Amino acid sequence: MSLLDYFKISKAGSASIAKERLQILVAHERSSRNQPSYLPQLQRELLEVIKKYINVDQEAISFNFEQDDSQETLELNIVLPDLHAKN
Amino acid sequence: MARIIVVTSGKGGVGKTTTSAAISMGLAKKGHKTVVIDFDVGLRNLDLIMGCERRVVYDFVNVINGEAALNQALIRDKHCEALSILPASQTRDKDALSLEGVGKILEDLSKDFDYIVCDSPAGIEKGAHLAMYFADDAFIVTNPEVSSVRDSDRMLGLLSSKSRRAELNQEPIKEYLLLSRYSPDRVKLGEMLSVQDVQEILSLHLLGVIPESKSVLNASNSGTPVILDEKSDAGQAYADIVARYLGEDKPHRFIDEKKGLFGKLFGSK
Ligand SMILES: Nc1ncnc2c1ncn2[C@@H]1O[C@H](COP(=O)(O)OP(=O)(O)O)[C@@H](O)[C@H]1O
Ligand SMILES: [Mg+2]
Repeated sequence: MSLLDYFKISKAGSASIAKERLQILVAHERSSRNQPSYLPQLQRELLEVIKKYINVDQEAISFNFEQDDSQETLELNIVLPDLHAKN
Repeated sequence: MARIIVVTSGKGGVGKTTTSAAISMGLAKKGHKTVVIDFDVGLRNLDLIMGCERRVVYDFVNVINGEAALNQALIRDKHCEALSILPASQTRDKDALSLEGVGKILEDLSKDFDYIVCDSPAGIEKGAHLAMYFADDAFIVTNPEVSSVRDSDRMLGLLSSKSRRAELNQEPIKEYLLLSRYSPDRVKLGEMLSVQDVQEILSLHLLGVIPESKSVLNASNSGTPVILDEKSDAGQAYADIVARYLGEDKPHRFIDEKKGLFGKLFGSK
């Protein structure tokens, strides 16, 4: 450590936060870029089918498409309505 | 056959036009017949940066519409024989450019020139798409700042899916990173993303770093591409970039901070 370092205001720079945010965002956007083009349509149709049986709204359903070297997975999560709530 | 270079970024105001002017001049000064095209229809700035705004008679759109011949619209640069400029139109009609029209002009220019430099407008819409569609090489101008890095990544996605090379399943466009408006001092203080940070996020081949420099404003004030200011840091950075692009081995510069007197005395390292 040189003498100069003692004079430097030790302030954790914001650049490291920027880097972290960008890494997460870019990874997310890259994976959604590779999504098959039929996905939005599939998503809408599945939603219609599910709604026939369960009274859920849009926010209760989440789709997640993932891709790695060996496989592609489509994950579908449905948060079921409160059991005690009357439909 | 000419090599087509698109200078693009997604985000506006990052230095695309500054870069297009500098590298087209740099290529021409090395003896390559070069034409630089302003794709920013409606705005038109390249002619101003190149210092030929008073010599514009016909423009890109006139040629596409058959109102002028290509050689009537091309402006020969006053500093360098080998360089020509094709100015943008100031028409408000956003649809003035068509894919066929642009393709035809690039094909004609390819017969007479070694390099065609396309100065892209900002955004990821039609204008930017037309500027990059026919490219062989892409110069991604990025500032060390979150929104610019993110937009560059989006542009990379488009280059690899919506370009002619992608659609024809040809060898992909060669992508190069030009990191501009870089301030080594601020990087040292942890205030600005470093070259390594940006390269890590985008995984791109670094063609060069252009420092934040007063010489860029001086150059645009006088209408001379900054590369002609051979004493300036930005001018030298662009000269290095052109040399590297042409295959010369030049070590990277302008990445480390200039030591002030204080730094020199106390040997910060
Ligand atoms: N290396 C640099 N240092 C300082 N200012 C710069 C630098 N590069 C570009 N600029 C300035 O940034 C502004 C936008 O540059 P420009 O090349 O017009 O960007 P774009 O074409 O991407 O919109 C201009 O005012 C220009 O002078
Ligand atoms: Mg511009």
